[in-house]
Amino acid sequence: MTPGILAIIVLVLTAAGYVLGRRRALALAKRDGARLHSLPGHYGQAVALFTMVPALLLMAAWLFLQPLLIDNQISSQIPDSVIPEGGARSLVMADVRRIADGLDRLVETGRVSEDALSSMQADTTDIRGRLAEVGVALGSDVAPAVFDAAKSYRSIADTSALLRNIAVLATALAFGFLALQRVKPAMRARNISETFIRSLLIGSSLVAILTTFGIVASLLFETIHFFRLYPARDFFFSTVWNPQFRGGSDLGILPLLWGTFYVSVVALLLAVPIGLMIAIYLAEYSGRALRSFAKPAIEILAGIPTIVYGLFALITVGPFLRDWLAQPLGLGTSSSSVLTAGLVMGIMLIPFVSSLSDDVINAVPQAMRDGSYGLGATQSETIRKVIMPAALPGIVGAILLAASRAIGETMIVVMGAGAAARLGLNPLEAMTTVTVKIVSQLTGDTEFASPETLVAFALGLTLFVFTLGLNILALYIVRKYREQYE
Amino acid sequence: MTDLTASSALAGAQGRSLFERGERTRRRHAAEKRFRMIGLAAVVFGILALFGLLGSILTNGVSSFRQTYVALDIHLDPAKLDKAGTRDPEALRKLTTFTYQPLIKAAVDRLISEKGISIEGLGGKDAEGIISKEAPAELRRFVLADPSKIGETVRFELLADGRIDGYYKGRVTMETAKLDRNVTPEQLMLADALKAEGALTTRFNWSFFTAPDASDTRPEAAGLGVAILGSAYMMLIVLCLSLPIGVAASIYLEEFAPRNRLTDIIEVNIANLAAVPSIVFGILGLAVFINYAGLPQSAPIVGGLVLTLMTLPTIIIATRAALKAVPPSIREAALGVGASKMQSIFHHVLPLAAPGILTGTIIGLAQALGETAPLLLIGMVAFVREFPAAPPGGFFDPASALPVQVYNWTQRGDPAFIERASGAIIVLLVFLIIMNLGAIFLRRRFERRW
Repeated sequence: MTPGILAIIVLVLTAAGYVLGRRRALALAKRDGARLHSLPGHYGQAVALFTMVPALLLMAAWLFLQPLLIDNQISSQIPDSVIPEGGARSLVMADVRRIADGLDRLVETGRVSEDALSSMQADTTDIRGRLAEVGVALGSDVAPAVFDAAKSYRSIADTSALLRNIAVLATALAFGFLALQRVKPAMRARNISETFIRSLLIGSSLVAILTTFGIVASLLFETIHFFRLYPARDFFFSTVWNPQFRGGSDLGILPLLWGTFYVSVVALLLAVPIGLMIAIYLAEYSGRALRSFAKPAIEILAGIPTIVYGLFALITVGPFLRDWLAQPLGLGTSSSSVLTAGLVMGIMLIPFVSSLSDDVINAVPQAMRDGSYGLGATQSETIRKVIMPAALPGIVGAILLAASRAIGETMIVVMGAGAAARLGLNPLEAMTTVTVKIVSQLTGDTEFASPETLVAFALGLTLFVFTLGLNILALYIVRKYREQYE
Repeated sequence: MTDLTASSALAGAQGRSLFERGERTRRRHAAEKRFRMIGLAAVVFGILALFGLLGSILTNGVSSFRQTYVALDIHLDPAKLDKAGTRDPEALRKLTTFTYQPLIKAAVDRLISEKGISIEGLGGKDAEGIISKEAPAELRRFVLADPSKIGETVRFELLADGRIDGYYKGRVTMETAKLDRNVTPEQLMLADALKAEGALTTRFNWSFFTAPDASDTRPEAAGLGVAILGSAYMMLIVLCLSLPIGVAASIYLEEFAPRNRLTDIIEVNIANLAAVPSIVFGILGLAVFINYAGLPQSAPIVGGLVLTLMTLPTIIIATRAALKAVPPSIREAALGVGASKMQSIFHHVLPLAAPGILTGTIIGLAQALGETAPLLLIGMVAFVREFPAAPPGGFFDPASALPVQVYNWTQRGDPAFIERASGAIIVLLVFLIIMNLGAIFLRRRFERRW
């Protein structure tokens, strides 16, 4: 029974609980001639909630904890001798899981019976060949210890699944039955079910905290793991980024940070003036017709997925800059460059800056403009000397938010900036950023034991800290320096 | 607050009428005009950027909706396919596509001789080379589906090779063909001759929407089928998870939450999650869902979960705004006639806020549909040719996603894939436009101003 079917059974039980609870409340009320405290539906609701929620919570918890417990148990069974030189236990565990998965499929497709499987031995049967039949490709022949581990993995997983099914169904039935027994006309069914629903609502809002916790925990955990394998000093202060698959890599973050910084600065140099001028023009100068066309048009830019910008950088902007700027000037021959990524990212950020600044400019009270006009200032003088200072905290906040978007942006730099980690000043050369390297270190076959993979988590943590810092700073500036009018 | 101080203003205006413009006034007015022009230029730049972006994608991608086909009468020779004459499906399955290649060669040669086409310098393998390498596989699928057709002559519309297709789309010319190892000018001449005879046509490319991805050497066969299905699965998961959780969280925060530490923490958390770079969510998915929980790589379930977490803040923010917009008098009226707080919210406030909530949800889904970076990390870039099974089991099968397919195609060597990538972007944008129009329609039609 898969978790999906189990969930469906629980839901069926829930529906039954609703019907039974409602019916029982009505029947009891009729028999005793008593008045129900709540509407009949509330009794059904209370029974249904007690049937469903504990069972589903148990199932979720089981699904979450099961891999951890099984892995621990199996991993202690594997002797150190089968772990290859320089490899890790986690790799062997991954093999164990794949073999177990393949054995499941062998049984499912009826190629091997359950009995034959239990007598199968790694040294007598060609396990690798049998597994290849069902599409599970293994890198090497299976060691007997690993095969035994896979078999016991299977049996433990099976037992665990069986126990899970029994436990979940028992919980649903037990709680449902108890709730049904408690149904009587005087029961305050509405209050009970509403308190229950309320705790569900609280639970949902805790998902946000759980997500943040998950992000921080997974980043921190693997980063600490990384720093055990690779010295932190070299990571933060080395100027060389040169991962090698055979070990001995140089993983200095400085070239990546420089690339990120350079691309972001180019992007902001384009986006901030243009975005700001768009906001000013649309808020202060433009007529209704232009505004009603231009504002949504520019906001469309914000709704376009970044992969589209990436493709634009790759097929249009990159070759254009190479053919018309880099090659004539002799500054480079690569179509991916800091300038390509920066310009395209700048276009992406324009609506971000303009719509945030637009709100801020509109929030400046009309009285301040009128006062300035009354003193004889022209419109542009009013904007530059009255509105801008008043709106400055909000605009700085918008710029910081745009900067945080810029350093976290991935697809545009992956497709536009190149992959060469380099500390240089030439904007027409390819450089690389933190996000590009996270993608390149983590895509493809990942083994979670080498510093070359784990470095991506350290990079991710760095990125997370930077963007979070910028966001908090932006909020702080907006709150602290906001002028309170009226 | 002008730079006109009282004394300089007097000095400048001395002995002059107010109606006459002095040097300084002229300068100030010129500055005003300049400022205005800069503003207008910025607006124009923004709009041009939008059109440039869309125009570049459209011009590159529209051609991927048309594809060149060659009509061939192929004799399914029993002597080659089924020597035993048993039509045994098991035996047929053992035949590889290499067995079918000669059938195609024979058919092409016959077509050329029937039409009386002779092209000088056409090499031995050139003639069959104008047919896609995917064609034998297509024949094999056809025969396996219906072995009784063996022995008949069947008319097939086979894909032309990617270079031939590119010739009719302007990507390949006689000059580039001379330098290209994969196509010769003679092949292009043959294609022209076949086109003149009507055997070669370029028409609307349905298989672009339905076919799965194809390998590096056969861009003409690559389609978006698996990617569209994978994206649809993920959107389904995102919708089913993020809408209930998001609405429940917003109801709590907006209607029930006391002003305390915990509420503050939750609110700050939601605001921060909205600003976390998307790639960080990818790392989370990789570490928690794949590495820890052991869910399969490249599966829509993992992508759906990651995108759900990303979409939640958007939905929560929109839902809270919609709930806030319902006037307190509605709640008070419900409470006044004896409803509990929960009833007043679920029976009255929530239905009134529903259009706003749905609008926010659609916008959140549209964002999730275009998101690429986190999906790269959870292995959706893998080359997937098999369609995932029907849900719910299919949620665990490997699949691709629209934006990831675009990225995938841009990483391949053949320039024909760039055309495909742009075409896929157009499909993606069409979906986004439909979703956003739906949101606008909902807002216009159902949203109430109080």
